[in-house]
Amino acid sequence: MKRREFMKSAAVFVSGVAVSISALELLDPQEVLAKNPDLRWGFLVDTYKCVGCGMCVKACKIENDIPLEANVTRTWVERYVMTKQGEVLKDSPDGAQHGYTSKLIDQNASGMKKVADEDITQAFFVPKLCNHCELAACVQVCPVGATYSTADGVVLVDRKWCIGCGYCIMGCPYGVRFFHPVEHTADKCTLCYHRISKGGDTACAQACPFGARKLGNLRDPNDPVAKIILTQRVGVLRPEYGTKPQCYYIGLNEEVR
Amino acid sequence: MKKHVWRPLFVVIALVVGILLFRAFYVPADFGVQERGYTFGYHRLGNEQEWKNFPDKYKGSDYCADCHEENSASLANSGHGIIPCEDCHGAAFNHPESPEKLVIDRSRNLCMRCHVQLTMPSSQRNDLPGIDPQQHNVGMECADCHNPHNPSLEDM
Repeated sequence: MKRREFMKSAAVFVSGVAVSISALELLDPQEVLAKNPDLRWGFLVDTYKCVGCGMCVKACKIENDIPLEANVTRTWVERYVMTKQGEVLKDSPDGAQHGYTSKLIDQNASGMKKVADEDITQAFFVPKLCNHCELAACVQVCPVGATYSTADGVVLVDRKWCIGCGYCIMGCPYGVRFFHPVEHTADKCTLCYHRISKGGDTACAQACPFGARKLGNLRDPNDPVAKIILTQRVGVLRPEYGTKPQCYYIGLNEEVR
Repeated sequence: MKKHVWRPLFVVIALVVGILLFRAFYVPADFGVQERGYTFGYHRLGNEQEWKNFPDKYKGSDYCADCHEENSASLANSGHGIIPCEDCHGAAFNHPESPEKLVIDRSRNLCMRCHVQLTMPSSQRNDLPGIDPQQHNVGMECADCHNPHNPSLEDM
């Protein structure tokens, strides 16, 4: 074989092999599907509409078998009160599962604080839940593959597989994970996967009389929730962590963390 | 190689084979890298179905309306029409089989969740009719005077 022929056939062989391997990689159907599925759950919270009744928290606890008296919850509602003096006061007694029925704001060690009505500038409620992040920090730190993201964007915990190491609880920037006092595994909002997979709504969204909490499919341009997220001014919590949270808020401001 | 090298080597090989065997039996076939890739989708696929099979407790107001048309219709025409039945009547579970009767929450605290006057200028809470629980008929249940299915004060 002449040198020229050898170089020619070598070049053909190498480029041929390279193309066929890259073609296989490009056309892995599972990856293509995962990147462009027609369903990606998202959540929308309207903080103007929330009145702090806490029915969402109660409904979530009952629906998902989280003991009512245990000091853990998958969702909770925070109260923010800003004063003319520039103070930012916030509380969430029992995660607001009994609602807000007092003007006194729980300041932990410094006791209950009463703010005079005329001193209040802004005051509102912010419901919190798992953000079902696109790049979930809690999932990446799991050493055993017990927590994961589904193709439709829900972060779940495999109770049979979880060893209870607690890395995910520390890893979540939003503090939405906790130890389940009965199951003894890490626990978190499942976005009521059992309900939404059958075409239902999450228990919290269904329990909300004011429509402050809504579930939607972010990949469907005709979905009313997706439309709001695409066209209105919405915010997410702690975007600086780079986890791409998929729970959007209307009426968020910088005091909310 | 000498005997003293082979002996511990056999132990190591036996250990590795043992662990691999244990793993082959213990780790279910559907455990592995799923749709979201190694970083986010490394899990037991069957668990997704397990979560989907979790039982519902809240059935929704349409479920109630199937049998209780009258109550459902009367509520719908009132100011409380936006409140789902189960918020006050409790989760349906498998009602009417189990439980046969739901326990209605008639407590003052339930009403107070929305109707204690709080100054919340950036929230819809400000627009709801509110009372001062220390002043307004202390010790009485709200439902003694107000009809929860028709809270209008004119109709009291």
